[in-house]
Amino acid sequence: MRIPVSWLAEHLELPEETSAESLAEAFVRIGLEVEEVTHLTPITGPLVVGRVAEVEELTGFKKPIRYCRVEVGKSDAGEELFRGIVCGATNFSAGSLVVVALPGAVLPGGFEISERKTYGRVSEGMICSVRELGIGEDHEGILVLPPGSADPGADAGEIVGLDDSVIELSITPDRGYCFSVRGLARELSNALDVPFGDPANRSIPDDDRPSRTVRIADETACSRFVLRRLTGVDPTAPTPWWMRRRLALAGIRSISLPVDVTNYVMLELGQPLHAWDALKLDGDVVVRRASAGETLVTLDDVHRELDPDDIVICDDSGPVSLAGVMGGASTEIGQDSNDVLLEAANWDPASIARMIRRHRLPSEAGKRFERGVDPAVAAVAVERAARLLVEYGEATIAAGRTDVGNVVPPAPVTMPLALPDRIAGVRYERGVTVQRLTQIGCRIEVGTSEEGVGVVTATPPTWRPDLTQPADLVEEVLRLEGYHTIPSVLPAAPAGAGLDQAQLRERAVSRALAHDGYVEVLPFPFTGEETFEAFGLDEDDPRRNALRAANALEAERSLISTTLLPGLLEALQRNLSRGRRDLALFHIGQVVLPGKEQQAVPELGVQKRPSEEELAELYAALPAQPKHVGVVLAGQRERSGWWGAGRQAGWADAIQAARLVADTAGVALSVSTGNNPPWHPGRCAELLVDDTVVGYAGELHPKVVEALELPKRTCAMELDLDALPLSESRPAPRVSSYPPVRLDVALVVDEEVSAAELTDALRSGAGELIEEIRLFDVFTGEQLGEGKKSLAFALQLRAPDRTLTQQEASEVREAAVAAAHERVGATLRG
Amino acid sequence: MSGANDPYDPKEVVALAPETLQGAVDDARKAFEEAADLDELAAVKPAHLGERSPVLTARREIGSLPPQAKADAGKRVNETRRLIQEAYDARHAQLSAERDARVLREEAVDVTLPTDRLPGGARHPITQLIERIADGFVAMGWQVSEGPELEAEWFNFDALNFGKDHPARTMQDTFHIAPDDSGLVLRTQTSPVQVRALLHNDPPVYRISPGRVFRTDALDATHTPVFHQVEGLAVDRDLTMAHLKGTLDAFARSMFGPRSLTRFRPSFFPFTEPSAEVDVWFPEKKGGAGWVEWGGCGMVHPNVLRASGVDPETYSGFAFGMGLERTLQFRNGIPDMRDMVEGDVRFTEAFGIGY
Repeated sequence: MRIPVSWLAEHLELPEETSAESLAEAFVRIGLEVEEVTHLTPITGPLVVGRVAEVEELTGFKKPIRYCRVEVGKSDAGEELFRGIVCGATNFSAGSLVVVALPGAVLPGGFEISERKTYGRVSEGMICSVRELGIGEDHEGILVLPPGSADPGADAGEIVGLDDSVIELSITPDRGYCFSVRGLARELSNALDVPFGDPANRSIPDDDRPSRTVRIADETACSRFVLRRLTGVDPTAPTPWWMRRRLALAGIRSISLPVDVTNYVMLELGQPLHAWDALKLDGDVVVRRASAGETLVTLDDVHRELDPDDIVICDDSGPVSLAGVMGGASTEIGQDSNDVLLEAANWDPASIARMIRRHRLPSEAGKRFERGVDPAVAAVAVERAARLLVEYGEATIAAGRTDVGNVVPPAPVTMPLALPDRIAGVRYERGVTVQRLTQIGCRIEVGTSEEGVGVVTATPPTWRPDLTQPADLVEEVLRLEGYHTIPSVLPAAPAGAGLDQAQLRERAVSRALAHDGYVEVLPFPFTGEETFEAFGLDEDDPRRNALRAANALEAERSLISTTLLPGLLEALQRNLSRGRRDLALFHIGQVVLPGKEQQAVPELGVQKRPSEEELAELYAALPAQPKHVGVVLAGQRERSGWWGAGRQAGWADAIQAARLVADTAGVALSVSTGNNPPWHPGRCAELLVDDTVVGYAGELHPKVVEALELPKRTCAMELDLDALPLSESRPAPRVSSYPPVRLDVALVVDEEVSAAELTDALRSGAGELIEEIRLFDVFTGEQLGEGKKSLAFALQLRAPDRTLTQQEASEVREAAVAAAHERVGATLRG
Repeated sequence: MSGANDPYDPKEVVALAPETLQGAVDDARKAFEEAADLDELAAVKPAHLGERSPVLTARREIGSLPPQAKADAGKRVNETRRLIQEAYDARHAQLSAERDARVLREEAVDVTLPTDRLPGGARHPITQLIERIADGFVAMGWQVSEGPELEAEWFNFDALNFGKDHPARTMQDTFHIAPDDSGLVLRTQTSPVQVRALLHNDPPVYRISPGRVFRTDALDATHTPVFHQVEGLAVDRDLTMAHLKGTLDAFARSMFGPRSLTRFRPSFFPFTEPSAEVDVWFPEKKGGAGWVEWGGCGMVHPNVLRASGVDPETYSGFAFGMGLERTLQFRNGIPDMRDMVEGDVRFTEAFGIGY
């Protein structure tokens, strides 16, 4: 909302020399956000009113060019002074009053006017447009002042009104009334404690006969509908400069007098108006909801299918206007409309909000209606507009006024007088609450409650539909008294228990990975089918079951990812493209895993806490969102250097990352052979905790690497952090002080037997005396035979209560080997 | 060699002659001195201190002397041997020291060579900031809560007093989950976590919830569709806006230094009433100390308390929320928001692992 300071000042008794900045500051203090304060640029040098005396059309140029003889004043001797000026605009004729910048004038932007040769003539100045004067964006032709509004030679700066500033505000959704000079001036009056003259405070003559019969068929749609008829309107009459100027400064282009007047009154009073061609409206008017299948061609010539929720204004022909949002083309006023019906109505804000979104028709009117318009101002607004049309458009107000509807008066709100003090933590002076509430327009009654507490009952003014409960009134008192009066007091929270186990674990995992050389990234959770395709996921892979954003920023990334890998790999690619070769990245984040059949989200009320059953139903309808941890690796894991060659990152690093996470989390992770895209089928580890699969790690499938243009042998790990059980307290081990016995054993097994299986077998056979089993060599060779491999282990045995004998150690070894033979067919390597 | 019963003076026995003994000493000293290292020293040692050395040969001659001559001869031989041994020990010590020094010298390395075989990792500054904020509030007795990023509209809007068709609902550009009537959104704020906390915990509740939130803003230097917020909520008896101010002042000091403080400007949020924008006084602000827009706050709207099952007649509360990318942006002077979201490791590495 842009508004010139001079317009606001018209309704306020401001001290002289009040600056635009001080008004902006006052706005901010009471809660209106100021986007910008712009001062009109004063024009130095001669800027005068001119009257075009002669117009000569110059030919032979690509665009129309005129050479004008313009009267720019009188000499001391009383003779008319003329200047020859070249001009490219065509919206004027001989006799037009225009604004002329004479040589020596400097226009906004430092544009200096001088006598110069152009189009084969000498131009002794410039005829200015609204934009060239710095008042608005209008550059379609030059500024033509209404006839008789000034004499040639008069100081145009004063007439144009360049000594002004514009404040641009961003109005929050609760303050619809501030979309008007009326509302803003009232706010300033409250902020500065200066008298305010309400522009809506106008008398309207009684006139009981209706202008037109109007029936409101749906009272939930419309609470008031006012019509007044004007005849003899001259739709071509010029809009007075002062009105055009204010509209321009507010950012609204001048169209025609009737349109300008409705816009002007909307800005002044906050009531959007609609002007109908009375002769095109047939029969009685009905306000109702649309019926399914009805259509309407709106002012923008769009043929619209109407929704049964749309509010429409109908005549005998059916819907002729999309209420509050956009008029219909069939009843639009045109160049020949002399008979005009002015409408001011009050529409249901929620319905208007839905209509704006449904038809994608945001507008100045809609913006006001969806926030709520003062229902009391409708008739005043119509009368104000009618009189402006009488004054400037030669119209006559026809007898009669339609004013139907059922306006519900604002409900009174009662609260303890001291509630503002209690909420603010401030002891306000006596009477402040009543004073402030009165100031904003409430009707006040002070009394005592049954408990003997002083209470205030405030009936909010009609323009404040947002004041419905005590908290709303409290805010009014606090903001007008100023938030700076609120002291700073630190509340004492009860003793806390600190972070919980899961939070501590996440921190530990994040630090452990970083210390292990991984760099954290925080990618977006958006992905697309293409990525899942590149991953080689089966049609029925649960990871393909992703929810989709209905309004994604990029259509090809509308899925909410079910895995961290797409984001991690994208970050990997970005770093590679920027020249980094060796990368180890990690990410800890939520993934969204909808169930096979997503349950419908129940509709819950907000009047009270939902029941446990309702909440359970709501929670059940939300997809699972476990926290995952993932890593990706490419290039060298260890650098080359003076110490020797570097080491390429490999599948083992990815699995080790999983072990690091598990160790940090304090859970035993077991690893088995897995096969899960996008991993390499022969280099994929399934990660298990207590026989539950918690994730996968290894090298990516070569096809995936190729499809995603990743470096060869890119590796990845992803596991469900939430699936790891929390280890609240771990039992302390008994630490034996007796010496260990170390012995090695080399076993030959089939290729398919995994190291983990063989280790498990050895461990189970070795029994309690085994302290550590460590695989130290893997060997394959001809002497072992086809499809065989040898794994060598170092065993460390120890007893808690004695030194082990050689005999005992041998027995343990034999038992371990026997178990390995029995379970996986291992034989001692000879 | 003389016979055992020779009557002559021992000095006249060649092996025991003073010049012989002196010669043995001189020879030994010379030989030891000429030994260039411990190996050479060891090689020449037997010739001067071994069984066949002149001094031991002389000692053997003493046996054949008459008793009255033995004492004097023994004394002189022992003295000779002592001198030779001394010369040997001195040279041995010297050569040992030289050898030790040489070995250490030879083992010297260039300690300025790089040692970073394993590249270092780093944690994102947003993660570090979240931890720092959480620790500050935990120290005041608060709890830290998290919640799902994909939320029911009821939690993200309805329970937070956003009317179904109120324009406030469109203030935040929301990612809706298909189909249009799914009732699911990507949360636009971390406030739904607060509603969950209130639904399942009786007051007093003092919680902060850091997390990722979503708005349909295209990525540019000052906007990102995915960013992080930290939100605080306190619900207790007799909480006032002064308590809100006190909490935010403490928060500001922990973020921006002991001289920092906050200022409120009235504003509008559906879930608080009264509501305020929070500016923070940042002494280290680029271009000089000044106020910076930091976040929003207010007293929890009674409708929110009601929807969460808390009696607004008994309890009051306050809430606040700050964007963390924005906080980091002005605190650490990061001109472009994209640096924080693109995952370029060079950016994150500059922040280290954090402590």
